[in-house]
Amino acid sequence: MNANTESMARTGKLKIGMYWAASCGGCDISLLEIGPHILELAAAADVVLWPCAADFKYRDVAAYPDQYIDLCFFNGGVRNSEQEEIARLLRRKSKTLVAYGACATDGGIPALANTTTVESIFAASYLDSPSLDNPARVQPQPITACEFGELQIPHFYRHVLRLADIVEVDYQIPGCPPQAERVWTAILALVAGELPARNRAVKVACTDKAVCDECPREKRKVRIKEFRRPHQALAEPGWCLLEQGFICMGPATRSGCGALCINANLPCRGCYGPSGAVTDQGVAMIGALGSILDASTEERARELIDQIVDPVGTFYRFTMASSDLRGSR
Amino acid sequence: MAETHAVQRSSMAPAEAWEPRIIAFLCYWCSYTGADNAGTARLKYPPNVDIIRVMCSGRIDPEFVTTAFAHGADGVMVLGCHIGDCHYIAGNHKTMARMPLLKRTLVDLGMEPERFVHEWVSAAEGEKFARLVRDVTEQVRRLGPLDWPQRLVQRGVGTGMGREAWGH
Repeated sequence: MNANTESMARTGKLKIGMYWAASCGGCDISLLEIGPHILELAAAADVVLWPCAADFKYRDVAAYPDQYIDLCFFNGGVRNSEQEEIARLLRRKSKTLVAYGACATDGGIPALANTTTVESIFAASYLDSPSLDNPARVQPQPITACEFGELQIPHFYRHVLRLADIVEVDYQIPGCPPQAERVWTAILALVAGELPARNRAVKVACTDKAVCDECPREKRKVRIKEFRRPHQALAEPGWCLLEQGFICMGPATRSGCGALCINANLPCRGCYGPSGAVTDQGVAMIGALGSILDASTEERARELIDQIVDPVGTFYRFTMASSDLRGSR
Repeated sequence: MAETHAVQRSSMAPAEAWEPRIIAFLCYWCSYTGADNAGTARLKYPPNVDIIRVMCSGRIDPEFVTTAFAHGADGVMVLGCHIGDCHYIAGNHKTMARMPLLKRTLVDLGMEPERFVHEWVSAAEGEKFARLVRDVTEQVRRLGPLDWPQRLVQRGVGTGMGREAWGH
C-alpha cells in the first residue's frame, strides 16, 4: 500500500462504482488489469456498484444518499433509456463521475451505428442474419402485452450518445480499453485531489499529444505510393506505418497507450480519440493524409484516395459520437 | 474535447422564405482575386454565398467544412489556385488530396455530393467564379435545406431529456 492509498484508508473507506452501458465489457476487464494494485484498491475502497463483478441492484443505488459514491466510472455510450436513467442516477449519487473508455468518451465502436438506422440494425440482428431461426420474424417491442399486464423493456434510441451528452462529466479516460498503468496513476491522482477542476470532462490518463509523439518508428520522409491493409502485407518493423501505406491513425490520435498497436507492428486504430490539438479525429486524419500522398496530379490523387476502403469506418472508428457531424444524415 | 459541443440553431428563416446558405472558402492569391474580378466586371451572381478568405487553400482544414455543415450551412465551396499556380508552390496539392477524400466521407455519411463543391478558380476567372456560385446555389436550392443542427436535436444530441426514443 503506498502513501496515497494509505490516506484513503485512514479517512474512511472510499466508495467506488463501475457501471457499463453500451459497451463490450472490456473496460471492466481493463480495470482488473491494474494487477496487484487491485488489492490496494480493495483495501482502501468499497465497491458499491459493479454489475460486471458484484451483485448490486439499481434499487440499492437509488437508496444511497446523494453524492454517496466518491468515484464512479461509467463505461459505454448511451444507447437506450435504461442507460440514460442510470447515467442520471449515478451523476446524482457520485461526487466524481468519470467517463471511462472510448465508448463513454467518444461513442466508441457502438457509435458507428450512428451511420445507419435503427430499422436496419434490428433487421440485421433479428431478421436477416444467416444464423437466425426466427420464422415468425419476431422483433423486440418496447411494450408487450401479456396475461399479467404490460411488460416493458428499455427504449432503443436512434443515436448512440456520449456520457457527456447526457450529464455533466468530471473527467474522461479515453482508450479501448484504457491502459491499466495509466488508469492506476489517474486513480491515485483522483483520490489525492491532484486533478484539474471537475465538471469539465477533462481527459486524464493520457497526454495531449499525438500517438506519433510516442511512436518509436523511423520516418524516412517518403510519401504514400499505395494504400495497403494489414491483411495484405507484412509491415516492415521500425519504419513509419503510414509511409508504408498502412492507414495508421497516429497523427490524429491522442497518445497515452504507449503506442501499443504500433509496437505490435500494426497501425494505430485511433481508440484514444482526437489528440489535444483537434476536436474531430476523422477530418484531422483526412487533413493529415492529404499532405502525405505521393501525387502531383489530380488523377493520381484520386486514384490513391479510391484505394481507401471505408473512410468513415476507418477515420471515425471510435469517435462518431464526438465528431462534428455525429453520424449520418 | 473538453466541453460538449453546443448545438447551434441555424439562422435560417422559416421554410417558405428559405434561401440556401453557402459558405465558401477562397484562397487569397487566386480565387479571392477571381471573386474580386467578378465584382469589378459587375457580373451578377446570387447573394447566398458567405466568403471566408484564407491565405491558401492548403490552409483549409477539412474540419472547417464539417464545422460549417454542423452549424447549419446548406452547402460549402472550397476554391483554390489551379494546380501549378499555387503561390506557396504546393499548398493546393494538399487540397487536391484532402477535398475529394473529405467528399467521399461526407457522401458516405449520407450527404448529397452537390452540397460540397471543390474547384479551382484563378485570379482571371471572375466569370467562372460567378458561374460556380450560380450553379452551386441552384443545385443546393433544388436539394432543399440540410439543417444538420435540427437533425442532431431530433436524434437527441445536446438536448438532454426528451429525445425521441425508437418505438414511440
